[in-house]
Amino acid sequence: MHIIFFLIAVSLLVALGFLISFFWASRNGQFEDDCTPAMRMLFEEKDESEE
Amino acid sequence: MYLLEQNAKAPALPPTEILVCYHCHDKCPDDKIVSADKHFCCEGCKMVYEILNTHDLCNYYNLDEQAGVSLRHKNSIPAFTYLDNAEIEAQLLEFKSPTAAKITFYLPQMHCISCVWLLEHLSKLDKGVTAARVNFLKKQVTVQYNPNETSLRNIAVLLSSIGYEPDIKLSNLTDSATTKQRRKLGAQIAVAGFAFGNIMLFSFPEYVGMDAQTYGSYARIFGYGSVILALPVLLYSAKDYFLSAWQGIKSKRLNIDIPLCLAFLALFLRSIWEIFTHTGAGYLDSFAGLTFLLLTGKWFQQTTWSRLSFERDYKSYFPIAAAVKKDGLEVAVPVHRLQANDIIIVRSQEIIPADGILTIGTADIDYSFVSGESEPVRVLPGEKIYAGGKQLGAAIEVTLVKSMEQSHLTRLWNNDVFEDKKGQTLSALADQAGLFFSWLVLALGALAALYWWGYKGDMHTAINAFTAIMIVVCPCTIALSIPFTLGNIIRIMGKRGFYLKNVEKVEALANFDAVVFDKTGTITQVHRHEIDFVGAALSPEQKIRIKSLANQSAHPLSRQLCVKLGDVPTAPVTNFEEFTGLGISGVVDGKKMWVGSADFVQADTDSSGHVYVREGAQILGYYEVRSIARTGLDRVFGYFRGLTRKRKPIPVFLVSGDRDKDAAMMQPYFGSEDTMLFRQGPQDKLNFVKNLQQKGRKVLMFGDGLNDAGALKQSDMGIVISEQSNNFTPACDAILDADKFDRLPQFIQLSKAGVRIVKQSYAVALLYNAIGISYAVSGTLSPLIAAILMPASSISMVLFGMGMGNWAARRYFR
Repeated sequence: MHIIFFLIAVSLLVALGFLISFFWASRNGQFEDDCTPAMRMLFEEKDESEE
Repeated sequence: MYLLEQNAKAPALPPTEILVCYHCHDKCPDDKIVSADKHFCCEGCKMVYEILNTHDLCNYYNLDEQAGVSLRHKNSIPAFTYLDNAEIEAQLLEFKSPTAAKITFYLPQMHCISCVWLLEHLSKLDKGVTAARVNFLKKQVTVQYNPNETSLRNIAVLLSSIGYEPDIKLSNLTDSATTKQRRKLGAQIAVAGFAFGNIMLFSFPEYVGMDAQTYGSYARIFGYGSVILALPVLLYSAKDYFLSAWQGIKSKRLNIDIPLCLAFLALFLRSIWEIFTHTGAGYLDSFAGLTFLLLTGKWFQQTTWSRLSFERDYKSYFPIAAAVKKDGLEVAVPVHRLQANDIIIVRSQEIIPADGILTIGTADIDYSFVSGESEPVRVLPGEKIYAGGKQLGAAIEVTLVKSMEQSHLTRLWNNDVFEDKKGQTLSALADQAGLFFSWLVLALGALAALYWWGYKGDMHTAINAFTAIMIVVCPCTIALSIPFTLGNIIRIMGKRGFYLKNVEKVEALANFDAVVFDKTGTITQVHRHEIDFVGAALSPEQKIRIKSLANQSAHPLSRQLCVKLGDVPTAPVTNFEEFTGLGISGVVDGKKMWVGSADFVQADTDSSGHVYVREGAQILGYYEVRSIARTGLDRVFGYFRGLTRKRKPIPVFLVSGDRDKDAAMMQPYFGSEDTMLFRQGPQDKLNFVKNLQQKGRKVLMFGDGLNDAGALKQSDMGIVISEQSNNFTPACDAILDADKFDRLPQFIQLSKAGVRIVKQSYAVALLYNAIGISYAVSGTLSPLIAAILMPASSISMVLFGMGMGNWAARRYFR
């Protein structure tokens, strides 16, 4: 039964990891624009290698 | 493959078929403008194609059918000389070092995936550009470049030459404050959510009823852990509620945040006490969950219309710089540096930045945004020109008499109505409910405590009951109802073309008892006029001649005439001349034609709003130009005047800056002449609204320009009707898409429904609280019951509010 308490502590650490990564992403501006990246992925970049 | 097909097809088209411009898909006037076997409607489009073709960027045309931006109605690409001015450059750039600089442009023409693709490949067109990123929703492109290889001005000119003329304004790029605020709220939600989930995990043994013997020392550790997790929620996530409550106390106004903070404190302090005295597990899970839900509601109600701005003032209408003549040279000077006696050069379509006197040239000034006057005003040398007007004719020279800040129009912005009224933004409905709940909680708590302590002599249960009441009768359902119900309604309206500034405006829209209209652009349509020819019927040849001539001119009336003549083909024009403010003349098919005012064609009659046509020595007749009322006007006025439903009529007023030439057209709508006022200046309009308010009326005002900005701000609810929401809209509470005008009664009904739903949810909240109270007064509120009851009531409230809102919307917009 005591394993549950250990797991609770581990889950806290995991959640903390997610919280920190959320802060990082937010500060990085990843939530600023949720429309253009969806369009950008449709572009075919054939020309990069030629240059 | 694609290009090959095009090559094979384009030249084979017989001349009778309609030629479509390869770039912008507009109809081509003839088949003379050709490049690489492709037809174009104008030299501008052809040039864009050639630029893209030489840089191997023709993928632009493959991504989206309607990619190209037509350049036909652009006479010339602006020179952007002022961007070479170091002071202006420094104000615009986000970042600058000797080798790198960063700028964000607003490009109103951006409309499709091809635009994104082309703009992000800007480095192919200008080697100095290192990177370009587009934000499609905001219609912005952020360009990084090397200042040694290119310049800000070069980039602006390049963007304009491919059809995306940047709209460079000093004020519209400073929206980082709202971004920061939203980011902070996101972080607060994340912290509260994180704490909520983990405190629930820590309380897990408590939930399943494990007793202290099985996990005695763990219970203590979990308790302390919960306190550690709850601290950032109290100090960081819930911070703004405490600040707002404190402001309410300081200004002696009870707002909804005061009972909320009481509940926060009761929850937190009682939990701390229980945990540290080992008498219980506390209610920290409820505390974190409540904060999380409330913050989510706050996020939800802050709908942002990324393309729209409700706070624009005159600065975003005025240009950034003016061309000042100094020692025979033209120098770009930032507008706020302009002084009296400066001589400035104003070109076609440019806005006069400050009051002055015309020295060289004849001016045709469009004052429609300033005064509401819909027709251009003729100004002769020596006469005064006011700031805000737009020059329509050729370049003029103006000697300034005032600086921009002291000009007639800008002085209006010094009026008190434009001062920020902070602390008055809270919703009246929520405040009233908050007031009621504060007293209810305190009274019930005091009664219960009095009963247990005074009557039974049990002080411990007395404290228990008192704090439990504070916790249970928490106004969270009330605090959640408005954000979610009205936030949802704002979203529904936004999807249908009506953009409200914030949730408080839903209440304002539901409660008004006077309506004020501005005429130009609100009741009448801006770009459409009714044009009828009066005189003997024109022969097809005559029509060709008139259209050919009008097609040469960029004057608004000429453009309207071209639209009116529709499919009539054009013929070559020789000896074309445009006389500013008078008309145009030229030779078509060997016949000399004049189109313009009565004086110009030497007609005997004189009447404004008429465009005369003269062929050789004969006057053929005139075109009568009238404003067209907006579609749906009958419906909207019928609604206000109580005709559609059996409702009390609401007085409707017209306050227009224009002359009364359209009075006859307006009269059926307004009923009597008394409610129609003409030739009203900006200050008159503001005073009119103020007068109504002093009589106790709540004013709903419709406007569109600088001239009614003061009145819009003063009114309880100022709505701007916008034909293009990207264009200038003054400070207002809501923006309505012009083609959704006829839906206005539905929008008002929906906002009324929203307020009604909020009130209903308050009633339901009271019911919920009655159950909680029955536990609380007996002093037997267990953490488990609190943990179930509180989120359950909150979430059901959210679902109720949003569901009812959606249902009402479906009913009104069927």
